Amino acid sequence: MRNPLSDTIVNIKPSGIRKFFDIVSEMKDAISLGVGEPDFDTPWHIRDEGIYSLEKGRTFYTSNSGLKELKTEISNYLKRSQNVEYNPDTDVLVTVGGSEAIDIGFRAMLNPGDEVIIPQPSYVSYEPCAILAGAKPVIINLKAENEFRLTAEELLEAITDKTKILVLPFPNNPTGAIMEKEDLEKIAKVIIEKDIFVMSDEIYAELTYKDKHVSIVSIPGMQERTILINGFSKAYAMTGWRLGYACGPKEIIKQMTKIHQYAIMCAPTTSQYAAVEALKNGDDDIKEMKTAYNQRRRFLMNAFKEMGLECFEPYGAFYVFPCIKEFGMTSEEFATMFLKEEKVATVPGTAFGDSGEGFLRISYAYSLETLKIAMERLKNFVTRLRERQ
Amino acid sequence: MRDELLAIIEKNSRIDTKELAVLLGVEEIDIINELAKLQDEGIICGFHTLINWEKTDIEKVTALIEVRVTPQRGQGFDNIAERIYKYPEVRAVYLISGGFDLLVILEEKSLKEIANFVSDKLSTLDSVLSTATHFILKKYKDHGIMFSEKYEDKREVITP
Repeated sequence: MRNPLSDTIVNIKPSGIRKFFDIVSEMKDAISLGVGEPDFDTPWHIRDEGIYSLEKGRTFYTSNSGLKELKTEISNYLKRSQNVEYNPDTDVLVTVGGSEAIDIGFRAMLNPGDEVIIPQPSYVSYEPCAILAGAKPVIINLKAENEFRLTAEELLEAITDKTKILVLPFPNNPTGAIMEKEDLEKIAKVIIEKDIFVMSDEIYAELTYKDKHVSIVSIPGMQERTILINGFSKAYAMTGWRLGYACGPKEIIKQMTKIHQYAIMCAPTTSQYAAVEALKNGDDDIKEMKTAYNQRRRFLMNAFKEMGLECFEPYGAFYVFPCIKEFGMTSEEFATMFLKEEKVATVPGTAFGDSGEGFLRISYAYSLETLKIAMERLKNFVTRLRERQ
Repeated sequence: MRDELLAIIEKNSRIDTKELAVLLGVEEIDIINELAKLQDEGIICGFHTLINWEKTDIEKVTALIEVRVTPQRGQGFDNIAERIYKYPEVRAVYLISGGFDLLVILEEKSLKEIANFVSDKLSTLDSVLSTATHFILKKYKDHGIMFSEKYEDKREVITP
């Protein structure tokens, strides 16, 4: 029989997360700090709106690009949060999670041989999606001494004649790093000068603990060369609803919609109705969840300080990224040993790129009680390791 | 800081000042001072424990009593409310808008004791026009805490 598989997909390495998932799954009583989704349930009024839409029989396809009402709410949200204008009819596309937007954004914009600059550590999808779109990923290894922010110098060094897109993954999973206005202005200058585009993945936009999130689209000259990606998963604890969106120049959104139309048809109708309610009346829910995350974030930073574990202070998402280099182990070795000896699951930084080596991703989408037990165990573990050294 | 502090201790009054300082990102001394102020101002009125009595062997009957009263000149409802809330078996008294005036929450050991309270003490007050007593059969949720549900993490153990 002939080989039934595509060489491109076979050559893409499986996710590092997956590998660790299998080890953790075997341990029944382990505490996990390895989850990249909120621990809160979707707020009831949002769920209720989804249920109501089902009761009303709203069980048909929506238009390809999404419910008009939802696109209008998305456009309103970006106006009030970033003071930018997006025409709901032409500049907004509702997708199946932010993940779909990443995929079809690349496919709509990239030609074979184009280069996509991907700062790492970052979410696991960018690199494989760029490869699947026929492009060449160019990795920038972000540095702990810059608090894992992207600098203009690093960007300039990575740009070639073939560079088409820069992925801007902030607030960042797994580091929790953010980019502030001054950081973005420097990046924007390079982007405009070198005439490239930006895919700004802002799925954690609502979860920042310093100033309010600033999107690169709010910087003059950037909206016309940026695909902004966001969604409902993190802000409203709606991961399972699979709903995200892309906003951008209408020429790009038009081609993305074409792919979306042929591959997906439309995002889930029930989720879209629920999302309208989320954007209309969900601000207080976000505030409440954010307050809880921030308390946990402070708790973890204090726990690291007390056990002498180095960690820069992250101001975004719900992750901390402590450094474990002092123990002379790889991230994977550390995480595996920690899991076996203390039954706490974390994710090795390397699951998010080579530059995650020497770091661990710890999620604080867990109750304080769980985090307290886990930090007690981490303290025991590092104390033991230091004694062994 | 005040609002967030109150929100935390409303749910967990046993949390210590050191931990509160960490969670709120302030100094412990600020927490101690703020808590003292909140007590002085009568904003913090007690540190109670939420107990699901149904799970114990102790018999308790709780009743909600709707009371219609004649307000008194110059005093409104305050005087009559005071007459009622002075009884130690009365757990709470609220002035309510709508079809009746005062909502009285009463906790006793038996139905009979509640009946006695209503007939002997409450109904005999001059300003009380009528009462309607409702007994609580089961508590599903109290003070924002669901009694029957236990939190279970339904998420996958590791996700990107």
